[in-house]
Amino acid sequence: MKNYETVFILNPALSEEQVQKTVDKYEKSLKSNGAKIINKEVWGLKKLAYTIENKNSGFYNLLEYTAPADIVSSLEVEFTRDETVMRYLTVTLDKHAIAWAEKRRNRNTKKAS
Amino acid sequence: MAGIDEQSKIKNEGEIRYLSPLDINTSKAKKYCMFRRSGIKYVDYKDPDFLSRFINEQGKILPRRLTGTSLKYQRKVAVAVKRARHLGLLPYVGDLLK
Repeated sequence: MKNYETVFILNPALSEEQVQKTVDKYEKSLKSNGAKIINKEVWGLKKLAYTIENKNSGFYNLLEYTAPADIVSSLEVEFTRDETVMRYLTVTLDKHAIAWAEKRRNRNTKKAS
Repeated sequence: MAGIDEQSKIKNEGEIRYLSPLDINTSKAKKYCMFRRSGIKYVDYKDPDFLSRFINEQGKILPRRLTGTSLKYQRKVAVAVKRARHLGLLPYVGDLLK
């Protein structure tokens, strides 16, 4: 079990509801494969630094989870098959990254409250 | 006759004008690795504002020689910038970023 972090960008043409639905879908598929979700962040509609698939913006989402190693590749296969996902990036978190992620989470929750 | 050295001494005594060196401060502020100094262990690719310190206005990664970052963290910065580019947080080719 390792800690992973996935950022993926969804098509800006989707409605908020559809975005929520797709995020939930991936969350569910992760959970059903034995992953434990630590953190979920929705950055919302953000402008891209350059055009991707002729679009200037996208819905950014972040998932943080611990999972056995073989899950990541299956998640990425799902991403490639899904047309609404414009970009994705999965990163393994080392110990410093985990510490930083925790700090970041605390800061965000503080901001929210 | 006195030797040439002596002559020149006699002749020039009191007449020699030395150019006083200009008072230019040549000791530059020493560069330092900001990760080492402030104890940052992980370079986050999700923070483009922070990473913008390490790229020039065209979006190129600045060399260590200019930023003073230590080798260990320069590698991490490079990876983080590249990840940010992939996710559309930083441009591959920019213009007037700063």
